[in-house]
Amino acid sequence: MLLEVEDLSVNYGPIEAIRNINFTVEEGSVATLIGANGAGKSTTLKTISGLLKTRTGRVVFDGKDITNMAPYVRVKLGISQSPEGRGIFPGMTVRENLDMGAYVRTDRKTPAYQEDVDRALTLFPRLEERIDQIAGTMSGGEQQMLAIGRALMARPRLILLDEPSMGLAPKLIQQIFSIITEINNQGTTVLLVEQNAAQALKRADTAHVLSTGEITQSGTGAELAGDASIQEAYLGGAV
Amino acid sequence: MSAASSTRPKAKGKVPKPPKAVIIAIAVVFFYALPLLHLPIISTPDSDFAGVLFTMAIYVIVALGLNVVVGYAGLLDLGYVGFYAVGAYTVAMLTSAHGSLPFLVVLPIAVVVAMISGVILGAPTLRVRGDYLAIVTLGFGEIIRLAATNSDWLGGARGVSKIPAPPSIPPNKADGTVTDPLFEIPHIKWDGIIPSIDDETKTRFLKFGVLDAAPYYWMALTVVLVVLIADVLIKNSRVGRAWEATREDEDAAEIMGVPTFRYKLLAFAMGAFVGGLAGALFATRQSFVNPQSFALLLSILFVAAVVVGGQGNRWGVIIGASLVVYLPERFREFADFRVLFFGLALMLLAIFRPEGILPAGRTRRAKAVEEELIAVEEGSDTDGAEAEVKPSA
Repeated sequence: MLLEVEDLSVNYGPIEAIRNINFTVEEGSVATLIGANGAGKSTTLKTISGLLKTRTGRVVFDGKDITNMAPYVRVKLGISQSPEGRGIFPGMTVRENLDMGAYVRTDRKTPAYQEDVDRALTLFPRLEERIDQIAGTMSGGEQQMLAIGRALMARPRLILLDEPSMGLAPKLIQQIFSIITEINNQGTTVLLVEQNAAQALKRADTAHVLSTGEITQSGTGAELAGDASIQEAYLGGAV
Repeated sequence: MSAASSTRPKAKGKVPKPPKAVIIAIAVVFFYALPLLHLPIISTPDSDFAGVLFTMAIYVIVALGLNVVVGYAGLLDLGYVGFYAVGAYTVAMLTSAHGSLPFLVVLPIAVVVAMISGVILGAPTLRVRGDYLAIVTLGFGEIIRLAATNSDWLGGARGVSKIPAPPSIPPNKADGTVTDPLFEIPHIKWDGIIPSIDDETKTRFLKFGVLDAAPYYWMALTVVLVVLIADVLIKNSRVGRAWEATREDEDAAEIMGVPTFRYKLLAFAMGAFVGGLAGALFATRQSFVNPQSFALLLSILFVAAVVVGGQGNRWGVIIGASLVVYLPERFREFADFRVLFFGLALMLLAIFRPEGILPAGRTRRAKAVEEELIAVEEGSDTDGAEAEVKPSA
């Protein structure tokens, strides 16, 4: 297992955000956490990337207990996150943002590094057009692309995507999800947090439903997509 | 017509520019020569201009140091005078009150002590963000001043005097007799707008005395240049990028692999280092220090210099620091009213140039972003890139 989350609980002060969460992500797969607003999806991701402290439980990455490691150590181990919303550096250009994504790498002057820049720009041709534009002046969709491209620049083994489709036009959502599949095909394990359950379940090998801080259901993406109660609650009735 | 107008900017671009190095060299020579030139209008009529220039240079050093903390790393430090005081008091202690080490030996000790005090203050407090940090640093500045006031060992309220000047070259005799300087530099005097060489007023090169402040100014200006070079190098390095990322979005920086706490601490330590350096130079010129030299007002003035100039832009903060010292001295003839005018000038700046005289590139960018967002909110489509641009003709 690339990632194991065991009995994880996280508090915001006295308020419990997630409670006793257990799940695993297999190397090379796409896993997704779906659920409503405030269910604890982002909290789970931020705990895995190290931005939030755990109350109980463990996070194990590639056999190593990373529960108490600082976020920047986790990046070096191979966990990269695309944060929710406008998580880019708004005052920097697209290129500077991509460079920040590769901050932990020491091979920035090698062809391998340039290849990775090219790879990100091939995945998101729009970014190439805007390479010297100030990131904060781009549209929401472009910023989202940049956030994902930037996360890839660290050459992660596991990429954490926090609501990549939030606030995007339907056409763009399709595009983002096919790029996620493409990233996975290139060998990166994906943990995807989504409110857009229909799209997420379609792409996911394994899926978990979070509801008020607890996992209520788990299964393969297809299983959950076929589940009547999930269709009712998250997919807007029968699909 | 259209051809003519389109060629104009090109023609402008073709005007040969003097090489950058030449411009920099001329500027450097000009600044070194300033205390000798006695320029009309610019020079301060009611106070010694070389002394004013020295104070300006000290404030510029302070502003460059504080700019690392406030402008680059985005940490509001309201107790920066504390580091300045630590630098000055370390010199006072080791050269006068409790020792008689030479200034050049004490200078590195003073900056290191200031840097250590920065780490000691920063390590516990940089975990809090924003306003809390401002409050804690405010307290630090006051604690240093109160400690100095109440400790006899530190000189108490009366302070410490007889701080030696930097060593003259060639050195003065041990019994205090002043040796002849290497050479003397005549000043310029003005008859209306006609300059001529003033053979009666001469500055003794590298002789640090009480009367002529010009050698002190040259020393401080040299330090300014060194700090400035270090500033350019650091800002363009990996460290500078880490600071910028941390300032823009601390969480995002952290998940890019930037150990943000360490970099904030580094910014604090470097700021303290430079602040201590300025304090040490101040002490050796002033020849005495007392707690009143390090009042809270000074911290506020330092922050004002950085903010007025344009935080994050090194040229901006240099201008800001210079104005903060220069304006009240230039208008000394208005006696106490000058402080009123100074306050008025600060208010006008705050109203008309809130981002500073020379805002940092990213501040200008951020403003553009804001305008863009407002435009989007006012009803253009969400995906602006796909908006059609119709030819207007």
